[in-house]
Amino acid sequence: MIDIAVKKVLRDYMLDVNIQMPEGGTLVLLGENGAGKSTILNLVAGLMAPDTGHIRIGGETFVDTTTRTCIPAESRETGYMFQDYALFPHMTVYDNIAYGLRIRHLPREAIDARVRELTGPLDLLSVCDENVGSLSGGQRQRVALLRALAVKPKCLLLDEPFSALDVRTQVQVRQELKEILTAANVPAIMVTHDLRDAVALGDRICLMEHGEIVLCGDADAILQKGQHPFIDQFFIRS
Amino acid sequence: MTTTMERICMRGNLPLRILVAILVIIAVLFIGIPLAALLLRVPPELMLSSLQDTVVIDALFLSLVTASISTVIVIGFGTPIAYINARCQYPGKKIIDTITDIPVVLPPAVAGLALLMAFGRRGLVGQYLNLAGIDIAFTTIAVIMAQVFVASPFYIRQARTSFAGVNRVYEQAARTLGASPLTTFFSVTVPLAITGILSGAVMTFARALGEFGATIMFAGNLQGKTQTMPLAIYGALQGDINASLALAVILVIISFAVIIVIKILTEKEEAAP
Amino acid sequence: MTRSTLLISLAAGITILALLLAAGCTSSVTSPAQEKKQLTVFAAASLTGAMTDISKTYEAGHPDTKIVLNFDNAATLRTQIEQGAHADLFLSANTKHLTALQGEGLIINNSVKIFAKNKLALLIPKENRANITGLSDLAQPGIRLVVGTQEAPFGDYTRQALGKMANDSAYGLLYQNAVMKNIISEEPTVPSLVAKLRIGEADAGIAFASDVSEGDRALVTTIPIPDRYNVIALYPLGIVQESMVKDQAAAFAQFITSTEGNAILVRYGFAPADR
Repeated sequence: MIDIAVKKVLRDYMLDVNIQMPEGGTLVLLGENGAGKSTILNLVAGLMAPDTGHIRIGGETFVDTTTRTCIPAESRETGYMFQDYALFPHMTVYDNIAYGLRIRHLPREAIDARVRELTGPLDLLSVCDENVGSLSGGQRQRVALLRALAVKPKCLLLDEPFSALDVRTQVQVRQELKEILTAANVPAIMVTHDLRDAVALGDRICLMEHGEIVLCGDADAILQKGQHPFIDQFFIRS
Repeated sequence: MTTTMERICMRGNLPLRILVAILVIIAVLFIGIPLAALLLRVPPELMLSSLQDTVVIDALFLSLVTASISTVIVIGFGTPIAYINARCQYPGKKIIDTITDIPVVLPPAVAGLALLMAFGRRGLVGQYLNLAGIDIAFTTIAVIMAQVFVASPFYIRQARTSFAGVNRVYEQAARTLGASPLTTFFSVTVPLAITGILSGAVMTFARALGEFGATIMFAGNLQGKTQTMPLAIYGALQGDINASLALAVILVIISFAVIIVIKILTEKEEAAP
Repeated sequence: MTRSTLLISLAAGITILALLLAAGCTSSVTSPAQEKKQLTVFAAASLTGAMTDISKTYEAGHPDTKIVLNFDNAATLRTQIEQGAHADLFLSANTKHLTALQGEGLIINNSVKIFAKNKLALLIPKENRANITGLSDLAQPGIRLVVGTQEAPFGDYTRQALGKMANDSAYGLLYQNAVMKNIISEEPTVPSLVAKLRIGEADAGIAFASDVSEGDRALVTTIPIPDRYNVIALYPLGIVQESMVKDQAAAFAQFITSTEGNAILVRYGFAPADR
């Protein structure tokens, strides 16, 4: 369940967004760079605070300006996959994925089991002890995703998860992510500027422009020519 | 090491490389020759006999202990200031930044006088401490305070630059993974800034070890209590220059040893992962 | 070679050349043989006030001479002369350093003479919160006393004076021990000692009577120490062997020991040399 109703004054415009998805699922925020999509993710994660409004995810109130409640970022149990992955450069693959688990003081065996459980199916077991700096783009993307999933978050936040990958990997990873999201069964918010990602993964797609939502609907509703120039550009291409 | 082909391709740059080599050699010689002159002037027997003199032993011990304590204090108090100034904007930030930098510009004797006028028994704060029976000036505590005062900017500046160089996104990632701000600081920020932090700490230690002007003014000069190596060296200068030289060489050798050990240890840290 | 490399090399080359030329120029400036003869005088720091005055008076009466003064502690000056620093006249605060230079053949022996004497005195801050009226008060517990280091002349003489008092039944060994216990700092130079007295951080100090400058007299009182305990410091001067202006140096030395020169020295707290 996703309930976001926030307003925030930003440098170039005012962010004013109202989205409700009572059934949960994957929300995709679509739009050009600078439209305010990543800001929504930061607000949900607790890295920024709204000027007015509230955010409720999965039944829990993260922030509400009317009652002046605010849960700090580290207590919101969100799994955030950053645009450039933000893998800790001074740690190995194992340590990166295990970071959240160690913070929660899980016993070593449990952590070990969980990391293997995650890295196995994605072919990352062999590089577990390597420093993240020596990985390829695709490997880093997977590690970033696993790091976010490791703590079994209550909500997944994905910022342009495919933008740094080559086309062939993109297609493969899109399918993988779809499976992972379905398996995880938690509300997810994904930010992208690519309509193909939105259509492949989103239960609800919202197009943003200058801090506001201009179009909202499911994949079929969005994929209509003539609704908005941003959508149209994808038709010309294909 | 460059390959043959790489060397051939770099040939066009030869004049520049020669110039750079000359500049480097001049710079190293400028520092190195006076040091070598110092070392060559002092016969080893004089140094060994000096090392057995109680004045020297007391001064060495006092210097190393106080400089270490001062460095720890500077790190403890300087790290929060450095981090806050690296990350946050607040009214008066530029003033605080300038204040923490000022001890570098102050002649040490003036710094000592200022400390005396603040914490001496007639001082701004000191007069009240005096009433309570606490006298800070002319004690070993005063030695540490003088060192902290003059040496702190070295650490704070370096730490501030290092913290500012840590990309915020790593700290944000840690927060979303459940780490409190304090945990984030120690598990992510510090490791990523560690080279600069250690280098700042070494500079602070070195400056504290060599501190003279503020110490003599605020802490005075008494063997075993406040007479650090630099003070002992200066005192000896008035009587017997050879004794003074021997002490100076001892100080240089010990400082060199301490600093190089720290560098070796920290390079191991970097090589480890 | 690329254009920018050429430019950088030229700039560096010019800089180095300029530095060398500047170094060459400055060294030639110090050579005499212009209208004024320059006399370089190295003098112990305790002579700062007196010698500045004396040299100004001398220059007024001798327009052909320009006196350049270099004040520092006597040991440093001696080292500088030994290492070849250019000086014409050396005025020391004790005989030790001058004798050493004589031994090394750096001083013209028959130019050496005592030009002033100095005695130790008890220095008290004007406020005198510790109520010190004389030497006996120095032994009271809790008195904060500053003296010179063992190596500094004024510190050495202080210890000698205390030794004399220890041998006198009026004071004795207990007195000497009590006074030594009250020392909070051993200063290597007089200015840092006087600074502590001026701002009231020390209750008393022992240094030369001449060490209180005219400006400080408003803040520091001088109590003389009786001759029988005092140590008379002899201040000698000598002309440096390598001086190029020996005649001018001798003339100036003559002035220092003249009645006029002596009068200035006395005004600054020194005792005149015997004739």
